[in-house]
Amino acid sequence: MSEATIHDDHHDHHDHKPTGIGRWLFSTNHKDIGTMYLIFALVMLFLGGASAMVLRMELFMPGIQIVDPDTYNNLLTNHALIMVFGMVMPAGAGMANWMIPMMIGAPDMALPRLNNLSFWLLPMAGTMLILSMVVSYFPGTGTPVNTGWTLYPPLSVQSGMGMDFLIFTIHILGISSILAAINIVTTIVNMRAPGMTWFKLPLFVWSWLFTGLLLIMIMPVLAGGVTMLLFDRHFGTSFFDAAGGGDPVLFQHLFWFFGHPEVYVLLLPSIGVLGLIIPTFSRKPLFAYKPLVWFMAALTALGMVVWAHHQYTIGMSLNATTYFMIGTILISIPVGMMLMSFIFTMWRGAMTFETPMLFGIAIILMFSFAGVTGVMLAVVPADLQYHDSYFVVAHFHYALIPGSVFGLYAAVFYWLPKWTGHMYNETHGKIFFWWTTLSFNLTFFPQHFSGLAGMPRRIVDYSPQFADFNYLSSVGGMLFGLSHLLFLYIIIKTVKGGEKAPANPWEGSMIGTTGLEWTLSSPPPFHSFSTPPSVK
Amino acid sequence: MTTNETYFIPEPSRWPIISASGVFVLLFGFILFINDVGAGSMIMTAGFLMITYIFFGWFGTVIDENLKGNYGSQVSTSFRQGMFWFITSEVFFFLTFFGCLYYFRTIAIPYLGGEGQLGSSNLLWDGFTAHWPLINLPDATNYSPPKEAMGAGGIPLWNTIILLSSGATLTWAHWGLKKESKNQLVLGLIMTVVLGLIFFALQAYEYYHAYTAMGLKLTSGIYGSTFYMLTGFHGLHVTIGTIMLIVITIRSMKDHFTEENHFAFEAVAWYWHFVDVVWIGLYFFVYWL
Repeated sequence: MSEATIHDDHHDHHDHKPTGIGRWLFSTNHKDIGTMYLIFALVMLFLGGASAMVLRMELFMPGIQIVDPDTYNNLLTNHALIMVFGMVMPAGAGMANWMIPMMIGAPDMALPRLNNLSFWLLPMAGTMLILSMVVSYFPGTGTPVNTGWTLYPPLSVQSGMGMDFLIFTIHILGISSILAAINIVTTIVNMRAPGMTWFKLPLFVWSWLFTGLLLIMIMPVLAGGVTMLLFDRHFGTSFFDAAGGGDPVLFQHLFWFFGHPEVYVLLLPSIGVLGLIIPTFSRKPLFAYKPLVWFMAALTALGMVVWAHHQYTIGMSLNATTYFMIGTILISIPVGMMLMSFIFTMWRGAMTFETPMLFGIAIILMFSFAGVTGVMLAVVPADLQYHDSYFVVAHFHYALIPGSVFGLYAAVFYWLPKWTGHMYNETHGKIFFWWTTLSFNLTFFPQHFSGLAGMPRRIVDYSPQFADFNYLSSVGGMLFGLSHLLFLYIIIKTVKGGEKAPANPWEGSMIGTTGLEWTLSSPPPFHSFSTPPSVK
Repeated sequence: MTTNETYFIPEPSRWPIISASGVFVLLFGFILFINDVGAGSMIMTAGFLMITYIFFGWFGTVIDENLKGNYGSQVSTSFRQGMFWFITSEVFFFLTFFGCLYYFRTIAIPYLGGEGQLGSSNLLWDGFTAHWPLINLPDATNYSPPKEAMGAGGIPLWNTIILLSSGATLTWAHWGLKKESKNQLVLGLIMTVVLGLIFFALQAYEYYHAYTAMGLKLTSGIYGSTFYMLTGFHGLHVTIGTIMLIVITIRSMKDHFTEENHFAFEAVAWYWHFVDVVWIGLYFFVYWL
């Protein structure tokens, strides 16, 4: 038997922690790997945020000021890729790593070494992504990657060597996500403590089960798509060239077959977090827990079959367009039901408004707003007007920032005491909340109007009539970006010290859930549950 | 769900980070290689060697741990479920290419031929008629159209028979394992490996024939592209599967497996059957229909 499993008492504080750098490089511990994921995500948040701030600076007024169009397009592409693959997904995976074994009463993830591989592939992919930007500065490497994160051919077939780096970035990220998803799903299915039946699982665990299943199904499709891109670029195939009988639109189908479920990959973990935070600070069990799980399943299933609503303008047959329109609008039912169930959880609850709860409520409000614009965009005749305008940019930033990023922030504040053993400063937390939420709205709300007025997205310059909205947007963007320095400060301060956190810092956290994670000390021992706890 | 036995958590391991680095080096070298940058093939080879080394090392560690009896029933369930989800992701990888084939045959090419409300060929290539297999390309300037298409008889039919038989011999070996007959186990595995190698050789010959006699190349337009992409990725999986089978055969000779403890055997068998099923799909949709 291995040394690591000898401790059978989880109150034992004499853990055999591996020491030195090897603890991190060779880790098989779900908490250490989770921490590495979260740090990676934080670094990427600042990288992606910095590139967004450059974009907003450029758009501060009409004309070309600080970056040339190619650099603008490159930054735009990288902003999206960094935020989606570098920030939100690793942050979600980091939280899954930290919390799922503790929530289900497991000693660790099911496959600890594979877990470490999933993490270490990410810095490799990050390096490759940075190479894809840098390589275009060398002579003879062609144009920089300028396609946007959707990588549509024929442009992506024509761009320079940077695109090859990007294709393999996506391959490495895909391997990482698939392995992480396999591990998480296996952990949830196989590692639950005795008595931890399916419908006792905290919503966060459910959300990651569906996220994991989605990743297993969609990442291979993206991998296939970019492989064909690579072959078209270098080996003379004609997948995306009509002259050889291919079709560039096929890539759009492949990309969005991945891309639309990907939205739910980003969103679901945050919904799971909401399912913990809203009951905790309302001091009431989650309303309609079981239906909520089924709605999540419905969302997962529906999300797989509505991808082409991103491509209404490609000239699909009328039947296909109608199908995708109806399917897309149907999605608002499970999503609406989820939000309803959170609102009913708050109904007549004894609510308090700590930072995680403030984020929770803000998510419900602002994500609903994205839902409304989403239904507008789902309607084909309307979408033909909105397509590729800033209205779309506003819509998906309202969906992704409140829907997934704010969910992650809420989770950070909710779990920081558990992770670090220290309470964060509530006043700082609240200042961060108001600062970031208000500046977020200042950034993206005006984009609805500039979009409806016809401002196209993904273009470095714009017509002077949109100047006022963009001015507001850019001011908001700077404030939004800067607010994250406070976020960083709060995190570092909490990690370094502060008021000691009790095992269960939130009064309401075990109402209605099994809450095994709160039975452990804060911070939890190195090995959470060496012998599984019993769940009544 | 967990029982009360202790779950095996491995000690810190250097394999994952070396694997990640190996993947990076391999792909980095490959990118340089396909862009004709000098050191590409060297770096690629280095990455390949790193990964080979890791396969020996990491799997070796796992085999050692297993032989020491570290793995309880719950660990082997984790392994089985992990393999199941891995094969599921592989299924979706192949579905992508089958889906593309379907898309070209029923949507893209008929549209190019002018079918449907938005048929575009009249604007682009007047006189192009849709047909499958696509021999006459809309515009062959950058491509070398094939002389003829693949038939369903001959080598593909033989390959179908060979691969299906290999599934049967593998199952026969599994029966041998179940009733603890080492001879049947090893013999069954060797027959499976031999059939896998014959398949590989026939496929290689078929490619050679297609390239030289039929003019069917990767650059032959969409028919060649889909043909080589689908059969090529399948062939790659057959190769990997055969290597896995060889490893399993050697391990069987060394008495690594017992009636209860033979996850590696099962994983390889699942993988091989999966490759088998993909071939049946290929035979129907690529060669026959």
